[in-house]
Amino acid sequence: MLNPKLKLNPKLFNPDVEQVPIRKGFGQGLLLAGEKNENVVGLCADLTESTQMYLFADKFPDRFVQVGVAEQNLVTVASGMAAMGKIPFCSSYAMFSPGRNWEQIRTTITYNDRPVKIVGSHSGISVGPDGGTHQALEDIALMRVMPNIEVVSPCDALEAKKATLALVKTGKPAYLRLVREKTAIITTEETPFEMGRAEIYWMPDTGLAQVGIIATGGLVARALLAAKELEAEGIKTKVMNLATIKPLDIKAVLVLAKECKKIVTVEEHQIAGGMGSAVAEVLAQNFPVPMEFIGVHDQFGQSGSPNELIEHYQMGKDAIKEAVKKVLRRK
Amino acid sequence: MAFLSEDKIKKLAKKANEIRMSIIEMLVEAKSGHTAGPLGMADIFTLFYFHILKHDPKNPALEERDRVVLSNGHICPVFYATMAHAGYFPVEELKTLRKLGTRLQGHPHREYMPWLENSSGPLGSGLSQAVGMALADKMDASTSLSTSAKDRFIYCFMSDGELDEGNTWEAVMLAGKHKLNNLIAIVDRNNIQIEGFTEDVLPLEPLHSKWKAFNWQVIEVSGHDFKYLNEVVEEAQAIFGKPTVIIAHTIPGKGVKEFERDYKWHGKPPSKEEGEMALQELRNLRF
Repeated sequence: MLNPKLKLNPKLFNPDVEQVPIRKGFGQGLLLAGEKNENVVGLCADLTESTQMYLFADKFPDRFVQVGVAEQNLVTVASGMAAMGKIPFCSSYAMFSPGRNWEQIRTTITYNDRPVKIVGSHSGISVGPDGGTHQALEDIALMRVMPNIEVVSPCDALEAKKATLALVKTGKPAYLRLVREKTAIITTEETPFEMGRAEIYWMPDTGLAQVGIIATGGLVARALLAAKELEAEGIKTKVMNLATIKPLDIKAVLVLAKECKKIVTVEEHQIAGGMGSAVAEVLAQNFPVPMEFIGVHDQFGQSGSPNELIEHYQMGKDAIKEAVKKVLRRK
Repeated sequence: MAFLSEDKIKKLAKKANEIRMSIIEMLVEAKSGHTAGPLGMADIFTLFYFHILKHDPKNPALEERDRVVLSNGHICPVFYATMAHAGYFPVEELKTLRKLGTRLQGHPHREYMPWLENSSGPLGSGLSQAVGMALADKMDASTSLSTSAKDRFIYCFMSDGELDEGNTWEAVMLAGKHKLNNLIAIVDRNNIQIEGFTEDVLPLEPLHSKWKAFNWQVIEVSGHDFKYLNEVVEEAQAIFGKPTVIIAHTIPGKGVKEFERDYKWHGKPPSKEEGEMALQELRNLRF
């Protein structure tokens, strides 16, 4: 059942559940953040519409900087603004920022420890028809290996809005990972969001779970669908929404692993270096358990519709169910 | 900015010479680091820290201070030596350059020295940060966040070699777009980079017209003439509606004949013997 304490969307499992692109939540969140705090500024590399920064730019033209198609400049200018007390959000496609400008982010933002928020929209395979050049499947790895930075990957538009507002207050560099495609609304306005805190979204009605599913970003909805179907088949699971990939909620991950003793991670990213790797690092050191990883297996993507690609690269509901069954068979 | 008298110029020249000696001493002690650039920029750093800048070494966090962004972090020996002589930290500490636990990292790190405005080393990103600072001040000047601090300038010290970097030109273009007259870039035009002369590695000329084409005010000057340098900085401060670049023609290795104009001294330190020879030469200079 859905965790009743978290006031999740009761219509989540309805076929007509509301679907909203996660990036939209960022656009609304930034607008609210701009109204609350006049030090919040926006920078964009010619993608205000796609990344939803236009809402902020239209309302606060004097606090918005259009840098053109220049992602290296995007983040380094933001670093300079942060040095003067601003809280810059800079948005582009994840493939270009942080894809193209990694060293600039490392030196001028994380090494400098400036509170710049890098917003990578259009991450993952679900970018779809644009093809492999535009599908960022390595960005979590690129960002989470750097000291000082926080990495957040919201599961729906509402969580993206809350995460955006939360990032204003951290005083730290951050990477906010967004996806383009419409995604089911899982949470409600009342669902709590706290940086660095993982939450159990799905749990057995009674008794202990046999497998812990740890999911992040746009695939949390599919993990929940898989858990519901597995329950009908007699397999008890817990589903954790791991929105903050760094700093990782180590305590919550260990509690889940100790209960279930089997873990499946689910992310729209290369298996190498992503959220699953982060979880494996923690478990290997503290409480090793059998793990299966849902993600892209050392391949580039290709053109296709988002749903086709999620299925083709074995990240859909059925693939998650298979991974749960596989890990159950392991000792 | 105050009038620069002949007497003050003599004092600055003497100070620059002391800073050059410190640079040699630190590099010999560190056994690694860059020699040519720091010696070439010693006059300019001295002029800024002992005459031009609005700053307070005893209160480095002074809100209304001018901002100095060092883009080519590898010339930090001149940066450290100048700051030490200006009173930011003890001159004695210069000997810790590049050693474990030092605040004087091989390339500057502001986590260790919080009064630096930025960390640097990887080339081509300093001007962008300076553009961000200048933009932030412009924003504040047009909103309720405006304070008396906004008559300060953002100075970016950069190299000619790093003009190879695309990131630099992204910044140049954006500064032109926003008419950042509170931004002054100083390019160390010493014509050398690690592998040779800039015009052999990747030609930069016509450099003056390149910057001009991006809507900057361009001033060329000798990097060793205190009086003229001071005048062109004053001119840059007075420019309306444009950022200014001062292309400062410097002699790499300046002050030590053996090191001057030779790109081989870009990225290596003097040996103990070479250091002694250099210090002797600098000690014998009269002002």
